[in-house]
Amino acid sequence: MSGWDRQEGEREEMRMKKRRKLGRGVAVVGAGMSRFGMYKEKNSKDLFVEAFQEMTASVDKGFDPDDIDALYLGNFTNDFFIHQSHWGPIISDLVGLTPRPATRTEGACASSALAFREGVFAIASGFYDVVLVGGLEEMSKRTTEEVAEGLALATVPYEGQAGFTFPGVFGAVATAYFAKYGANREHLMNVTIKSHNNAPLNPKAQFPLTVRDMMNKKIEGARKKGQDVPGWADEKEFLSDLRANPVVAWPMHLYDCCPISDGASCMLLVAEEIARNFTDAPISVAGIGQGSGRGLHACEDLTFFEATRYAAQEAYGMSGLSPDDVQFAEVHDCFSIAEILHIEDLGFFQPGEGYKAVAEGMTRLDGSKPINTSGGLKCKGHPVGATGVSQLYEVWTQLRGRAGKRQVPAADLRVGAAHNLGGTGGTCTFTIFERR
Amino acid sequence: MQDRPFSDISFESYLNEEKLMGSRCSGCRTLYLPPRPICTACRGSQMRWEQVSGKGRLAAFTCISIAPPAMIAEGYNRHNPYISGVVELEEGTRVDARIEGIDPRKPEEIRIGMPLKVRFLHRGEHRTYLAFDPA
Repeated sequence: MSGWDRQEGEREEMRMKKRRKLGRGVAVVGAGMSRFGMYKEKNSKDLFVEAFQEMTASVDKGFDPDDIDALYLGNFTNDFFIHQSHWGPIISDLVGLTPRPATRTEGACASSALAFREGVFAIASGFYDVVLVGGLEEMSKRTTEEVAEGLALATVPYEGQAGFTFPGVFGAVATAYFAKYGANREHLMNVTIKSHNNAPLNPKAQFPLTVRDMMNKKIEGARKKGQDVPGWADEKEFLSDLRANPVVAWPMHLYDCCPISDGASCMLLVAEEIARNFTDAPISVAGIGQGSGRGLHACEDLTFFEATRYAAQEAYGMSGLSPDDVQFAEVHDCFSIAEILHIEDLGFFQPGEGYKAVAEGMTRLDGSKPINTSGGLKCKGHPVGATGVSQLYEVWTQLRGRAGKRQVPAADLRVGAAHNLGGTGGTCTFTIFERR
Repeated sequence: MQDRPFSDISFESYLNEEKLMGSRCSGCRTLYLPPRPICTACRGSQMRWEQVSGKGRLAAFTCISIAPPAMIAEGYNRHNPYISGVVELEEGTRVDARIEGIDPRKPEEIRIGMPLKVRFLHRGEHRTYLAFDPA
């Protein structure tokens, strides 16, 4: 019997007892994000301006930035990466909001999902009517080892002492999942190949290439240099080649891991009752959930994240929707194995069935439950503090039918969701959007 | 020794003395390792120190090639990986630890569930890391 089975009754009871609701409805009427990438010539401020300008242009009926009441901004580790802290007022000043309040939120890689949540509460309480939320991160000016050290600040202390890095934690999770359910590295490759197939359709993606594109580039490069031309038969042979896909933290190889990225994202939240002043196509916040989790050593079973399940229950309970109602989702695929766990924890597939669903193509753009249509963290990029709101940007864009070539091909797209994870599962959020 | 606080610092000082020590709740008998001052099962705070056997089984592991600076300083790198793991002790609790005495270059040969025994890795005068060897 899994932890899920054992605790489900308890959770259901808790959910029914504490069915949460907002004091008043909140809607998203604008969103923007910088293209994610590694930028020598741009800093956090430059990237936030790109996001802010796209957000401003996306508000269909226009708006006056002077109407913004407050800013909530997620950032994880700029303190460490670029030795600058206290980003709230820096960004507030940058876009001309001072002296209105600016608050930074930190929840590791879920930092901007927390900013979003605080913004929702601020409006739902009736205190504010119009709130800007967003996130930023500037990581690429450090070496890979330094970035690993910076991100590992969000592991629990015992993990760091045992030598765990973030890829290491998820590598360990993968070995536990493999042992329990009989999955293997080939199943992880299915996730990577699927995400990379979506990425070229997203103009914001850091790596807008399929795995086959990258394979062909390497073959072409070798041919031009007169080197031995690699004879990979298909994507899986390419991903099995240690020269093309070296180990980071076994069984996590390079192509199982999200990249190092710089980027920014933001969204304009307003009270639902005034949303039509901004657009005829507002997207409502149907459900929000957040959970906190324990370190690896304190988990009896490493094949699920307790905090994700809690966040999901909270969001489903608030919205009255079920996993089947969610037509597509962005999930926190910091590592390939993570995507498999999340689609199970969010209730889209049964525990131990997620890897089979991916293998059967159910999570593809044209599948029954498209996952990470943006290319996910793996291909879109993962500037950690900007990621949460960028996932919501994708859901918002899809629900408004503006996702271009990566538009989910469902006839009546109404409900989408995003799951964001911080640390080693210490902070997880789940947000459900609905077009009403 | 019984009057040390149930803290990370005490846990580490015991590691320096080559003792793997946890805290057991006097109320509901739950064992915590590393120690906790408050029982999260029954909310009690009457704890007692308890030395555990140091025998366990491998619950999860990873072989790390891209090492953080602290591990690089110990000589690990892309060509010299190391293993971190989660060990389920025979007392039922789990700990994070380094796994020694196994080849990190052959991860396919490492088995979840393999029996392990504790080893104390002394680094410098007052730093001891928890490790496990194959039993």
